[in-house]
Amino acid sequence: MSLKKSTLLGCTILLGVAAIGLSQPASANDELLKLQGDANQWVMPTGNYANHRYSTLDQITAANASKLHPVWSFSTGVLRGHEGNPLIVGNVMYVNTPFPNNVFALDLNDNGKIIWKYEPRQDPSVIAVMCCDTVNRGVAYGDGKIILNQADATVVALDAKTGKELWHVKNGDPKKGETMTMAPMIVKDKVYVGISGGEFGVQGRLTAYNLKDGSVAWNARSVGPDDQLLVDPNKTTNMGKPIGANSSLSTWEGDQWKTGGGTTWGWYSYDPATNLIYYGTGNPSTWNPVQRPGDNKWSMTIFARDADTGMAKWVYQMTPHDEWDYDGVNEMILADIDVKGKPVKALVHFDRNGFGYTLNRETGELLVAEKFDPAVNWASHVDMQTGRPQVVPQYSTGHNGEDKNSRNICPAALGSKDQQPAAFSPRTKMFYVPTNHVCMDYEPFKVSYTAGQPYVGATLSMYPPKGDNNLGNFIAWDAGTGKIAWSLPETFSVWSGALATAGDVVFYGTLDGYLKAVDAKTGKELYKYKTPSGIIGNVNTYTHNGKQYIAVYSGVGGWAGIGMAAGLTNDTDGLGAVGAYKQLSNYTQLGGVLTVFGLD
Amino acid sequence: MRYSSALALLGSLCACVVLAPRGSLAQNDPVYVVKDGRVDQKTFNGYRRYGESCHRCHGPDGAGSSYAPDLTESLKSMTHDQFAEVVINGRTNVTQSQNNVMPAFGTTEDVVLYLDDIYGYLKARSDGKLGRGRPKRIGEDD
Repeated sequence: MSLKKSTLLGCTILLGVAAIGLSQPASANDELLKLQGDANQWVMPTGNYANHRYSTLDQITAANASKLHPVWSFSTGVLRGHEGNPLIVGNVMYVNTPFPNNVFALDLNDNGKIIWKYEPRQDPSVIAVMCCDTVNRGVAYGDGKIILNQADATVVALDAKTGKELWHVKNGDPKKGETMTMAPMIVKDKVYVGISGGEFGVQGRLTAYNLKDGSVAWNARSVGPDDQLLVDPNKTTNMGKPIGANSSLSTWEGDQWKTGGGTTWGWYSYDPATNLIYYGTGNPSTWNPVQRPGDNKWSMTIFARDADTGMAKWVYQMTPHDEWDYDGVNEMILADIDVKGKPVKALVHFDRNGFGYTLNRETGELLVAEKFDPAVNWASHVDMQTGRPQVVPQYSTGHNGEDKNSRNICPAALGSKDQQPAAFSPRTKMFYVPTNHVCMDYEPFKVSYTAGQPYVGATLSMYPPKGDNNLGNFIAWDAGTGKIAWSLPETFSVWSGALATAGDVVFYGTLDGYLKAVDAKTGKELYKYKTPSGIIGNVNTYTHNGKQYIAVYSGVGGWAGIGMAAGLTNDTDGLGAVGAYKQLSNYTQLGGVLTVFGLD
Repeated sequence: MRYSSALALLGSLCACVVLAPRGSLAQNDPVYVVKDGRVDQKTFNGYRRYGESCHRCHGPDGAGSSYAPDLTESLKSMTHDQFAEVVINGRTNVTQSQNNVMPAFGTTEDVVLYLDDIYGYLKARSDGKLGRGRPKRIGEDD
């Protein structure tokens, strides 16, 4: 059975071939390793394997960014939240949408004319089991294929030139709440995909499929018995020591790991030097911590796995026994930086829990763990010997117990930062981080598990930190010292992925719809433009005919669209308080549009 | 209430939609109780069950999201029966321009058993009797 309906225009096949115009090396790895260094294209969702979201293009500079303007735009025809960014491979741009997960190949040589369109047919009932809107964070390119993760957990390989389906495989069961939103990553001859559904008790996993035909190469669970985890109890390390046998099982009560979460819906990275892939795992299910005693390993964990075999080299659990829904899935940025004066092959990660972590990516050694939002209060600090956060009892929802409302916890469940990826500039050595500045009340209660039904077990109310009015900040972070260099307050959470460029300009989008360009050194605003809808997509850049362009999706939605459409709850307790909360719906409406900016 | 009685309730609700426009609430039962800004246990339970099953689409306090309707508005015109019908059977609005699906909660214990509580909570919100955020229970410590 074919899931596709592709538009195949004979005359455009040749055009597509000519447009891509690349020789085909033997392995996708060789090809992608080379292509990721070509700033004229943007060949993987994260820009490069190291997740830098940095471009060496320097036509747009701090001096001329004020002259930017939109040069063309494209409506995706889909209304709901547009996360991720398009790919640019040769002279073709690949645009994809939230459910129904349409993919378009646009010909940059012909004013964005549609070369092909792929329109999957999915059972719409999957929409009802998607946690937080029907977002999709992008497609991957490799070996002449476009890989699409559909909402219904089908992974599809398309011919990049024609849009013709080459293979498809089921990666999960929506009837159990298993869905897909993340962007795949291709390394060598494999494509790596994760799974969503932490709010439905899904057992998280990373799966490597063979790019050639979609057969499973290996599968590594986040929680469960050792043989499912792909770990070596004697060789896989945590804080420098072997994890030992039953490292996950021993931290769950009974069979709870089977519905234990640890989903894998974030951005992945890869270091060719270590041959390791890096990613984080999500919250343990349910949100009620009282119901699942133990550290709930390896939810909330950074994993470093061998790209070929999947064997874990090291792990680090950031939030043992989560009590706040601080998923650990945010991107791992691989950067060679000085940490406390010494050069380090570092992994830098801005976690939902509000700590910015710097680790040695070869060994997993923890080097820095500091708050990247001063409002963070659930833990006083991270113990650098044990790696454990020191939880403040007042904000421990497990300590306070079921049916008790724990108040004024910062950050809120959506984290000091969610999946919206940060950028790293090797020129300034700074990390540019889109952040949330939101706190919450959280009240856990007992729930039972039913396959395919919400498995949440907590109510929460969200509001800005006491005394503050802004719900977000865009910050520059020094990962070597763990300090904020500058911080720009934003009315709403910044839910857009950043872009840094060699022109020393940094770009990001805002929920009220602005694309903004700021000076990489000072944060000074250089340019802004209000796009048709709120931006939760990631900014990227490419060239065409020698000119640099900036691209971004607008189309408000995602968790940001749920939490803020009607405004957050006011932090005054009185009943009937209709108070001073800000409604995003007063600023923007739905609608997916790609807008491309350039200079004259 | 056990699950078997939940199914019975489900049956009666479905029947009510067709046969008894007044719905399943007994004539004299208040839909919700709000006293000095505090709520009774049923209404509080409605708030909680809303958080479990509805919040992730309909947003905080029933106030709507970027894609799911503001229920405090919906309940100004929607009857209890209509509310029950949609919760139990779901609603699908998938067209060229819309991709909205409300799941059918007819076999979800956490929803069906407490459907009237959820309705009561949202009705109190809709009537303007209850503000945003977590309501305090009558008798609960400050």
